[in-house]
Amino acid sequence: MEGTAVLGRLNWQVAEVADVWPETDRVKTLALDVEGWPGHRAGQHVDVRLTADDGYQAQRSYSIASTAGGSRVELTIEQIDDGEVSPYLTEEARSGDRFELRGPVGGYFVWDPNPGGSVLLVGGGSGVVPLMAMVRQRVANGDTVRTRMLYSARSWEDVIYRDELERHDQRVDGFEIVYTLTREQPPGWKGYGRRVDRELLAEVAPEELAVAFVCGPTPFVEAVAEGLVGLGHEPARIKTERFGPTGG
Amino acid sequence: MPIVSRGFRGRRRDDAPRDRVPPGQYVTDDFPVLSAGPTPHTPLDEWDFTIVGEVDEQHRWTWDEFRALPSETITVDISCVTKWTKLDMVWEGVPVDALLDGVETSAEYVTAFCDGGYTTNLPLADLTGGKAWIASGYGGEPLEPEHGGPARLLVPHLYFWKSAKWVRGLRLTETDEPGFWESNGYHIYGDPWKEQRYWGD
Repeated sequence: MEGTAVLGRLNWQVAEVADVWPETDRVKTLALDVEGWPGHRAGQHVDVRLTADDGYQAQRSYSIASTAGGSRVELTIEQIDDGEVSPYLTEEARSGDRFELRGPVGGYFVWDPNPGGSVLLVGGGSGVVPLMAMVRQRVANGDTVRTRMLYSARSWEDVIYRDELERHDQRVDGFEIVYTLTREQPPGWKGYGRRVDRELLAEVAPEELAVAFVCGPTPFVEAVAEGLVGLGHEPARIKTERFGPTGG
Repeated sequence: MPIVSRGFRGRRRDDAPRDRVPPGQYVTDDFPVLSAGPTPHTPLDEWDFTIVGEVDEQHRWTWDEFRALPSETITVDISCVTKWTKLDMVWEGVPVDALLDGVETSAEYVTAFCDGGYTTNLPLADLTGGKAWIASGYGGEPLEPEHGGPARLLVPHLYFWKSAKWVRGLRLTETDEPGFWESNGYHIYGDPWKEQRYWGD
């Protein structure tokens, strides 16, 4: 795997928007070209820095959605209504625009192709983004580790990467996805329809769990992590990433 | 001059004094939570705080002994490496100076260790001289578990990951031994005013 080590300083690099597409009403993916991008591991994030014409700057961190490959880096960003950076990236940015980025950052919440057992990925809302990078990396690597994703979204329309996840679910390579739709379920819905609780986790979490990656808003991550611990899974096997009510 | 992002204006806060907000940070009124794993819940009758490592003898306090130490109210600004800065946070805590009083050591560094296995490293000089506390209260209430309760290290002049949650003790060391985030891409020291976020900053 390329680019796994961070040597020396992470310098700001110019990212040029190559493409933008909607994932849901509130979420867009920006495909960026970053010349000289060193590569990254699935689960890592980048810092984005925007500069106004009077020199004012704002920085935020975003998870990388794509697998490593060449100069392309994809970020999937949920618009935070009173946010500062996400409304710009989701509403204003278009092909040809440029801003600064540095990374990749983080060596803990990253995909491990040989964890010694099954993997559970638990995402709440846009917390699915670094987990999607792992799912994509798993396919790109040809990894066979049994992997189950539990994805909590408000409604079917709020499910990010829906078509791609459905395609992955059709593959017979040890990956499967379980949804819970907490606010609104389509007619004939057969998945879960409530917030993740311990009973739900007991049904979904594999018994021989090697590692769980949990990402989402803080109350979601707290509930999932405590639920898994309550079911007897070792805390050290539960890796979390949280985003608070601010951010944006 | 960095490149200008077409059409970006930002949402600037006029109430954020620039001399209190380090570079690259934004002011928030929330208290976001960041942890690498589940929140531990150690019963207070099993909790203790120890000073170990390069010391003449191990020093240990039970929860009741720790709570009996004189504590201070501290009002400070906190900066997290994830970019938020929160002004005027009011904590209650025991100065680390009080815990190190009478401890004989030649160590120059400290590893704070915690429930859940988290560690972080600091120069000893950054924990002494009224610069650090073991905090067990926030906003006039006991510190909540998700924010590090029953007690966390509080080192306001460094990025907040140095203020280790669920802290259970200090291990004094001769050398600077990278802790959890310091081994995972984050800066060995973490001064927000020098924007020491990551390795090499």
